[in-house]
Amino acid sequence: MTIAPAKAGWRFRQPSVIPGFGLTLGFSLAYLTLIILIPLSGLVWRSAALGWTDFFAIATDRRTLNALEISFGAAFIAAAVNVVFGTLVAWVLVRYRFPGRRIVDAMVDLPFALPTAVAGIALTTLYAPNGWIGHLLAPLGIKVAYTPLGIVVALVFIGLPFVVRTVQPIMEEIDKEVEEAAATLGANRFQIITRILFPGLAPAIITGFSLAFARGVGEYGSVIFIAGNLPYKSEIAPLLIVIRLEEYNYPAATAIAALMLLLSFVMLLIVNLAQSWSRKRYG
Amino acid sequence: MEVRVANVRKEFERFPALHDVSLDIKSGELIALLGPSGSGKTTLLRLIAGLERPTRGKIFFGDDDASQKSIQERNVGFVFQHYALFRHMTVADNIGFGLKVRHGPSRPPAAEIRRRASELLDLVQLSGLEKRYPAQLSGGQRQRVALARAMAIEPKVLLLDEPFGALDAQVRRELRRWLREIHDRTGHTTVFVTHDQEEALELADRVVVMSQGRIEQVGSADEIYDTPNSPFVYSFIGESSTLPVKVEDGQVWIADRPIGLSAPHAPSGDAVLYFRPHDVELLDGCSGCIAGTVAASRRVAGTRRVELEIGGERQRVEIELPVDHPAAQKSRVAFRPRRWKLFPAA
Repeated sequence: MTIAPAKAGWRFRQPSVIPGFGLTLGFSLAYLTLIILIPLSGLVWRSAALGWTDFFAIATDRRTLNALEISFGAAFIAAAVNVVFGTLVAWVLVRYRFPGRRIVDAMVDLPFALPTAVAGIALTTLYAPNGWIGHLLAPLGIKVAYTPLGIVVALVFIGLPFVVRTVQPIMEEIDKEVEEAAATLGANRFQIITRILFPGLAPAIITGFSLAFARGVGEYGSVIFIAGNLPYKSEIAPLLIVIRLEEYNYPAATAIAALMLLLSFVMLLIVNLAQSWSRKRYG
Repeated sequence: MEVRVANVRKEFERFPALHDVSLDIKSGELIALLGPSGSGKTTLLRLIAGLERPTRGKIFFGDDDASQKSIQERNVGFVFQHYALFRHMTVADNIGFGLKVRHGPSRPPAAEIRRRASELLDLVQLSGLEKRYPAQLSGGQRQRVALARAMAIEPKVLLLDEPFGALDAQVRRELRRWLREIHDRTGHTTVFVTHDQEEALELADRVVVMSQGRIEQVGSADEIYDTPNSPFVYSFIGESSTLPVKVEDGQVWIADRPIGLSAPHAPSGDAVLYFRPHDVELLDGCSGCIAGTVAASRRVAGTRRVELEIGGERQRVEIELPVDHPAAQKSRVAFRPRRWKLFPAA
């Protein structure tokens, strides 16, 4: 076999035996342009009409900064919580056979299906100071509803299936023999989890995290019911955008949206880089 | 280390996989568990390893009752059919894993672990591949790494579950010879499971033939092949032909004719005659022989296999002739088995 000298820095990968590479790539690009790229560039275009000074003023406004901080912070914490407990749920579903397993399995998808506003109202009712759970937490001095903590709770609810559904299939593929091999070599349960299982799951866990995080950043419906929406305290960025829209302040709305877009893009890029690193390292 | 399996029974959800199995494995022995699938050979191996717990009975390592010990405490080396290497670790890390997970003073320093790993890689003839990942190795190389990893912990016994099952024929033969060499050099007590009789007979000091959750026979390759003690072992090991016969007055009869075989100790009545197709004496005349018309004749490598129809019942039986033997051209062949065995009719 001869290897063509690599003159160009990079080239298209040799297409596979299945024809239609040109057609499918063309279609994918056109589709993505239509569905994602055009609306998003419209957003950037509108906010660009604002001019640098105005844009900068809106971007550094205390209220905007707080809203962004709450949105991204709460989404980050919620995604982190989901990584821990979502992985646990996936583990239980994959590893154990118990009556009602299928029901639990189906329940995981409910946050996908439920209108988010319904979820928000239900959670608010539960966590309000006189609600079922809220009245238990109130004596401990923990307030959930109408605080940033409530936002986290709502985002945990919304994000759970993303982690479970990305980790579960990878977990199912884990070869039981690999664990047995580790056990015969003297590794205890904890060492098997940390040294054998976790490295294999890391890429899936990171994917689940990024999906849950992205969903949390953009979440609106469930959060506005439980958050209380106090400016500077528990107001999320998507809500601020809606408020600006209702004030017919379109440039400000698009400016905040463009900021969110930029931040999300940067964070997802970082997550993707982390993932390709872990994939390289952990195969 | 001696291993003693004492009256072990294993059930999976009420379904018995092993019935009351006992086996003594001598120290330093290379022993094969041979049987068709579902015979319980892998279950027995996993019980010795501690990957399963016996429903009843005990397993001793030396004088220690190992059945009470966890897998981790048993200190066995286990090699899986599909290697079960850790994909995210290099070859050296795979081999060193068993030493790295130890606690306290029993854990050698990192440099020592690295030295052991490269020593073992030399032993399995993969020197210089320390930095590779399992995905970058061929099947045969992976299995060698798996063996090195199992030997790194200085196991009391080495257990191999169909170690060459996933490899192609050429590599299998090569690794077979190589495993024997390694065994002779290191002297580990070794038990391996296989369904390939050639592998078992060639490689093992003793072969344990298993069927339906029971041990049928234990013995050297010669004993198993030459003096099988049950119809199952006779037909499972090597080629065999069978004929329904009758025993009367210490003679073997087919229909109403004696065939010239005397069986003074066999009980009278219906029986089945077992013999090896290649171990027959061809006869010209027929006063006391088995004679039949040639129904089919096939050339197989260095011999010719002839299928004969015997007697009025047209019972089919296969024998092997030398390629150039004139009998192959005839339509009627007479023969008498040189070595044979009678088992009562089922």
